[in-house]
Formats: sequence, C-alpha cells, structure tokens
Amino acid sequence: MTKVTLNLHPSAGKGGPTPPPAKPLYEKRRQIYPKLAHGNFRMVKWVVMAVSLGVYYLIPWLRWNRGEGIPNQAVLADFGSEKFYFFFIEIWPQDIHYLAGLLIFASLGLFLVTSLLGRVWCGYTCPQTVWTDLYIWVERAFEGDRAARIRLDKAPMSANKLIRKTGKHVVWLIIAFWTGGAFILYWHDAPTVARGWFTGEAPLSAYWFAGILTLMTYFLAGYLREQVCTHMCPWPRIQGALTDEHALNVTYRYDRGEPRAPHRKGESWEERGDCIDCNQCVQVCPVGIDIRDGPQLECIHCALCIDACDQMMTRIGRPTALIAYDTDVAVATRAAGQTPPKHRLLRARTLLYTGLLVIIGALMVFGLSTKATFEVNILKDRSPPFVRLSSGDIRNGYTLKLVNKTTISRDMTLSIEGLDEATFRIIGIDPEGVTSLNLQVPPHGVDRYRILVTAPANDSDPQTTFTLHITDTENGESHANRTSFRRPN
Amino acid sequence: MSDPSEDIDAHSGVETTGHSWDGIKELNNPLPRWWLISWYISIVWAIGYMIVMPAIPALPGMGTNTLGVWGQSDRTNVATAVTELKTERQASSITLLDASLEEIESDRELQQFALAMGESLFGDNCATCHGAGGRGAKGYPILADDIWLWDGTLDGIETTLRYGIRHDSNDQTRFSMMPRFGRDGILTSSQVDDLAEYVLNFSDRSHDHAAVTRAAPIWQAQCASCHGEIGTGDRSVGAPNLTDAEWLYGSEPRDIRETIYNARNSHMPAWEGRLDDASIKALAVYVHTLGGGE
Repeated sequence: MTKVTLNLHPSAGKGGPTPPPAKPLYEKRRQIYPKLAHGNFRMVKWVVMAVSLGVYYLIPWLRWNRGEGIPNQAVLADFGSEKFYFFFIEIWPQDIHYLAGLLIFASLGLFLVTSLLGRVWCGYTCPQTVWTDLYIWVERAFEGDRAARIRLDKAPMSANKLIRKTGKHVVWLIIAFWTGGAFILYWHDAPTVARGWFTGEAPLSAYWFAGILTLMTYFLAGYLREQVCTHMCPWPRIQGALTDEHALNVTYRYDRGEPRAPHRKGESWEERGDCIDCNQCVQVCPVGIDIRDGPQLECIHCALCIDACDQMMTRIGRPTALIAYDTDVAVATRAAGQTPPKHRLLRARTLLYTGLLVIIGALMVFGLSTKATFEVNILKDRSPPFVRLSSGDIRNGYTLKLVNKTTISRDMTLSIEGLDEATFRIIGIDPEGVTSLNLQVPPHGVDRYRILVTAPANDSDPQTTFTLHITDTENGESHANRTSFRRPN
Repeated sequence: MSDPSEDIDAHSGVETTGHSWDGIKELNNPLPRWWLISWYISIVWAIGYMIVMPAIPALPGMGTNTLGVWGQSDRTNVATAVTELKTERQASSITLLDASLEEIESDRELQQFALAMGESLFGDNCATCHGAGGRGAKGYPILADDIWLWDGTLDGIETTLRYGIRHDSNDQTRFSMMPRFGRDGILTSSQVDDLAEYVLNFSDRSHDHAAVTRAAPIWQAQCASCHGEIGTGDRSVGAPNLTDAEWLYGSEPRDIRETIYNARNSHMPAWEGRLDDASIKALAVYVHTLGGGE
C-alpha cells in the first residue's frame, strides 16, 4: 500500500498560529573562487579544452572539394539551398532522418558513457564546463589564484583593482565575440561571411546570432557558471537517473578517509582516517561543494578534487587516491569490511546501450552508403483525375519530380510500360504523342515536369496500374515508378 | 525560534517542507536570489510590454483592444509585407510584361515563375467556377481537355481572360447569342424534339430516323450558320462542336432539348482592370499548360 501524505500546514489542527519560517525563502549566491589544481586530471582537462575549442573554432575553415558550383566547406549547414554538408556526407531535406539518427546515436553514446564513467560529459566536454574553465583561467591570469581573488574582491576600488578587472572583462569579451563569430561560420561560407561581417555585407541574421552568442558566452561562462549546471540544465537530473552504483564516479572513499581530523607531523595514523580535513578538495571545486558529502546533484565530476587530494596525500606521505574514480558499491563493500567485487564493465545496461549503438550505427552506415543519388517521384493529378479528349481518348496528368544529387548533368529517357496504346507529352517539351522522350536533369538540382498521358477509353477498366521508367542513357541506371491511370466508367 | 514540528532530513541535515510522496520528502532549500531578481525583472518587463504593445483585448464597452504606444499591429505588418513583396516581384512581373506569351512558356525559368503565379491566381479567381486544376463543371468548361469553345491558343486564352464572355460592360467581350428557340416561339415544341434527335444523330445516338429527317431542313435554316452543316461548330462565335464526346450541359436527350428550347449563353467576367497585365499573362500561360493548350 502506498501512502501519500500531503501536509501543507504542519501546525494545522494543533492550535495556535504558525510560527514564522526559520529560513529565508531565497539566498544570496555564494561566490566561488576555484583554486588552481595540479595533476593528471587537470592536464587531461587542458588537453580536452584545447582540442574541443580548436575543433569548434577551426572546423568551418576546412575545405572539401565537391565539384563545380557546390559549396566547398567541409562542415556547412546551408539553409539557403536547404542542404547540410559534413565532409563526404550530404544531407538533403528528404534525408532529414539521418540527422535524427545522428542525434539518437549521440544520445545513446552519452547514455553508454554515463553508465560506464558517470558524468564525464559534464566534467570534461560540456561547452559550459569548457568555456567556464577558460574564463576562470583568464580570471586567474588577471587577478591571481583563489586567495588573491578573494582579497581583491574584498579590497576597496583602486587603480590596481580597476586595471585587473577591466583587463579580465576585455579578454572575456574578446573570447565571447570569437565564440559567437565562429558560430555563424557554420551557416555560411566561412571566408565570405567573415569578410562580409566587417564590411557590412553579411546577412542580418549573422550579426544577430553573433551578438546573441557573444552575450551568452560572456554571461554564462563569466557570471552564471555553476548556476547553469545546478539550476538551468536538465542533464544533471537525467544523468542522475542514468548513473548507478556500478558506474565509476568521482568518489570520496569514506571507508579509508573517516574519521577525518587534522593531523600534525609525527602523530600516529592509527585509529583514524586518512582525511586530514585540509579542505583542498573544496577549494579547487568549480561548483563549490564538498565531495566528502557523497554523490551530489551539483557535482560535475571534473575530478579536480582528485588532483588536489593526491597532491596533499603525496606531501604528507600517505597513499594517493583517497578521492578517486570508484563505484558506490565498492566503497560501501569496503566500508563493511569486505573485499569489493571486481568492477564490471559488462552489465545489462552497458551491453544494451552498446547493442543499440551498434544497430543504429550500422543502419546509418548502410543508409548513407546506399543512399540514392538520383530520385524519381511521380504524383498523379487529383483534379481533374482524368479528362476526355474530343477524340474520346482519356488523358491523365502527372507531376514528375527528378532529384539529381550527383554533380554531373544526367540524360534520362522516359518511357511507359503496362498501359496499352499510351502516348505522352511533357508540357513545355513537346512534341505530342511520343512513347519515349529524353530529359536533361541539371547537376545537383531538382526538376519538375508535367506529363500528360493519353490512352484509349475503356469502360471496363476504370483504373490501370502502369510503370514509368526513367533510364540514364549513359550508365543505364533505371528507376521504375508505379502509378495509376484513371478512366471514367 | 525554530518550529518544534520541524522535520530534518537525516542524510542532508536540511529541513524538509513536510510534504511526503511515497516517503520521499522535499527539502526546503532556499531559492537562489538571482532567480527572485529575474522574476522581478520579468514583472517589470511584463508591465512595460503591456504599455508598449497591444495587450488587453476589447472588453465589452471598450470598442477596441489597447493599441500600445508602439502601435504594433500584425494586420498592418502583413499589409506592409504584402506591399514589399509586390514591389520585389515587380522585377519578375516586368519580365512577364515584356515577354510574349510564347517566350514566357518556352523559357523554363519564366515559365516556372508564371506557373507558380498563375496557379495561385487561378485558385483565388477561377477555381470557384472552373474547379481546381480546371476540371470544370456543368456549364463551366473543362480547361484541361483539348476542347475549346472560343480559342485554345495562348493569345486566344489571354483575350478571353481579358475581355470575358458576354460581359455586359466590356465592348471587346466575346459575344454571341443563341436564340431561345422554344421559349420565344421560333420553333414549336415538336420541332425542338426533332432537332434534339438531329443533334443526337451527330454522335450516332438517335433512334428516331423519321425525326432526324424531319429536322434536317430546320437545322439548315436555324442552326447550320453557327454550328456548321455537319455540326462541327464555329469557334469565331463560340458555337460548340456537337460531334465530339464532350457536352458542356450534359449529353442526355433532355439536356440537349432544354438547350435548344431555352438556350444557354453563359457568362464569364472580363478580368481586365480586376487583375493587372502580368497576372493575366501568368494565368493565360497556366491555363494553356493545364493540358488543352493549342
């Protein structure tokens, strides 16, 4: 039996007025001054930052030759001509399901990584983390490390403070503009729009989006920082549901650390934990939490506390990895005095995610490698469904759409099979009454034709299904499209 | 001053709100202050928005909604956008004006432009009578077949569009008038019956040879001048060909009899003055490509 108690008025029924709440309804934000950490994870984060920012800033400048008259930018979302280019992949509006596939693939990838390694996305690669890290690096360069920044913020305004603060904001704004500017390069030819941006020839949307992205970078990375992760982003909640006690998370090994207490040189380590309460893990934390409180929503698992703790443990001569990537189940087992089981990478959910990733990936590769480069669509006129000509013959109209995704012009022959004594003509390309006709489809283009098919009246056959063949005259590539011919009955 | 009933969460040490769902309790953490400030800013924004933008609908006794100090109006915006679009299209419309109808139809780009324009114009102005895609209806000719009462060439279609058919207030309108043979007493009722048999005979559907023979001199005297000796019609006066498979007002003997007795003489309005020249040209090209163009 489930019992739901919704006690809105704890004092109701007890008599007497409700006492005023002891806590305020809102609180001032606690400013966080993360200290610089030194160690392996810090190094990994610098490398990831350099690579991901490098990719983001430089990719639009990569060229990729696709042939005459087609954009040669390696990665380009070309809204003008409704095409998305990604190196050798070309997505037309009718291929939009590949983008959906890509997003599904990416989310499954995140699920898998989360179930294996917890929130590595948040800790290392999320743009909010990367740019915040970069902005804190700039802040440190101008205002010094944690203690110096706290002092500077408390100090009254002075020439020194003004110069340092101004310098920081100028560099922040330059980075922000660089970020917003790089964003628009993905939607236009990069060299053209970059030049046009400064000569006033770029489209209005380029200025608008560059401005929005500049302000967003400046405020999100400069001011809001961990508030974005804690209060705005849904991902911590989703990741909280995806991680489990078998996932490797940044964990304080309380089995080894407790009971914690300050430690003087020469004192015994017996009957106490390794944690000396030095608070280094708290000082380096970019979200301002204490990892020793256990798994927390705010924690982005950036592993900087591991670096800070390892450094301190080395200095006092104790083993490192008091804070480490570990599983909840392992820590709990050790705390109970037992040997933890071996860490299992292969679990039901990791296997499921891997399986789904392989299936989706295989489908995408199969789809992309067999993607048609020439498409034929035939649409029968609905009004009128047929007309009777003066000779008594019946005529039906069709719209033929030819999509040529190749970079060469195609000569196609049109013919009809399965409709007795049928002749046709194409509006604009006479002559009347032919049984086969050549059409030229321009490279990388879509062409529409109206076809009128005429066949003798036949009261006993109100609807005949026939085939329209479109055949490439050079390589013989053939497309058969079935459609119907209607007659009055 | 703490509440004696205060419930403290054992794990986090944070006071709870006292709400419990399946044993899960809500922690009573304070809201970040910047959230509260954002909320105040949204209130200020909302008030400002109500002042500058139309915000309050027309309540009884108000007559109109509040207009806002900026005078923002979607209606006006749409009107402006339409005007701008017309100006923008002027460039292409001018090409339509300069080019002959044949040039428009043979130039693929001009043709596509004219067809797109013609299709929407047709839907707005013509489809009410002639049906979507020119499928026609009783009394309203099918425009997609190869049968034309007056003229199926590009120029002919343009003329019909421009001046209309039997349009009273247009001097150049296509005009002809079939007499009301029965109603006006030109022929007797039985003569009308005989003539109907004669017309049916053009498509080999008459079963009354005596009537056909009786009607032959009447046909020569009354009908042949417009519909021709052998019923093939005359486009210069809009007289339909009576020997083909298509019947504008129905092919049944009583339909034909009624036409002879009362005459039909349908109308089409002149579009000159109602549509601009470029629109009429686009429509002519569109109708010509529906399938019947000559």
